[in-house]
Amino acid sequence: MNTLQIDIVSAEGEIHTGEATLVVAPAQEGEVGIAPRHAPLLTQMRPGEVRVHDVGGEQLFFYVSGGILEVQPHRVTVLADAAQRAKDINEAAALEAKKRAEEALEKREEGVNYSSVQAELAEAMAQLQALERVRRQAKR
Amino acid sequence: MAGAKEIRTQIKSVQNTQKITKAMEMVAASKMRKAQDRMAASRPYAHKIRQVIGHLGNANPDYRHPFLVEREEVKRVGFIVISTDRGLCGGLNTNLFKKTLAAMKEWDGKGAEIDVCVFGGKAESFMHRIGANVVAQNSGLGDKPHMEDLIGGVTVMLDAYKEGRIDRLFVVQNEFINTMSQQPEVHRLLPIEPVKEEEMLEHWDYIYEPSAEGLLDDVLMRYLEMQVYQGVVENVACEMSARMIAMKSATDNAGEIIDNLQLVYNKARQAAITQELAEIVSGAAAVE
Repeated sequence: MNTLQIDIVSAEGEIHTGEATLVVAPAQEGEVGIAPRHAPLLTQMRPGEVRVHDVGGEQLFFYVSGGILEVQPHRVTVLADAAQRAKDINEAAALEAKKRAEEALEKREEGVNYSSVQAELAEAMAQLQALERVRRQAKR
Repeated sequence: MAGAKEIRTQIKSVQNTQKITKAMEMVAASKMRKAQDRMAASRPYAHKIRQVIGHLGNANPDYRHPFLVEREEVKRVGFIVISTDRGLCGGLNTNLFKKTLAAMKEWDGKGAEIDVCVFGGKAESFMHRIGANVVAQNSGLGDKPHMEDLIGGVTVMLDAYKEGRIDRLFVVQNEFINTMSQQPEVHRLLPIEPVKEEEMLEHWDYIYEPSAEGLLDDVLMRYLEMQVYQGVVENVACEMSARMIAMKSATDNAGEIIDNLQLVYNKARQAAITQELAEIVSGAAAVE
């Protein structure tokens, strides 16, 4: 057996799956070429290009913005990131999310009054149920 | 009895409303199908990443990542609440908030403080209105949520966990059971419940580049982000099916109203004709 099973998947969907004779991926420590019967390897990937040499001799290119590369003797899995990610980008996104919350927070009152909110919710539920009942009666 | 003309205008306006609700129903139905496809699309990734985590755990039994360690004392808990952006979807959000509040109240009763991270416009306004401590938020995710819109909020919560500011993290979302029913659920995200480890037939290990610890950290981060992403996608599917049902019943109701109005209209018309005839007959009788 001198082919590899290659799966490129991301959280948002499957990108590619098939047989290959060689896979070249941008690993953290430099580009790696993986031929069948490669030793098991697990590494992070930098943003870059994954090159798949098809069994038909064709070359396929996939851009990944990073992720995890898992290699077993006859199987390569690329867990591609669905989003751009880097420490600073993550931090920027985190700050953004925090800022939005803080801006909205300025208007809020202190503390949660569980009982009053629950009462409010119960009322809303009762209204919904009443609507449902009225609707059913109207049908009859 | 109202005049025939007024009733006719009323019927027209209800018909227009019915057209709109009918259109919304069909739009929601097609979006629901797409959302379900998206739910299925993230499954291979989830499966694979779980395998890798299981293996890493097996291969490095002595390294305990903070995400995997159960904390005895819980002083503060985090909730990630996922709701829809828009309404018109029946009791979907109300049910979800009810469940969230019950969970929050339980922790409050145990003396734990609560931080909330919200995704979706409805949860955002609800949490702010009740005065919860919202530490991160994002809304306007749309029908096709993207990972990049979620990373910010998730990172805030994961960092808080790493730094020990929160000791538990939960995610609250609607679970898609089938088109007719959705169920709000609270899942524990952190600490991660041990991944079911498969028996290894022979011991083998990966070559790690650069280090097993760094990799485990990375893989776990992605695993958690993916779980939140899956939650959001599932919630979209719930939103669409709930909206479809709500709009279907609205359309049915409009149909009933039209039927009733039509009846009233016919009666009014008949009464008018009868009256006119009576007038003519009595007029003719007077002449004779």
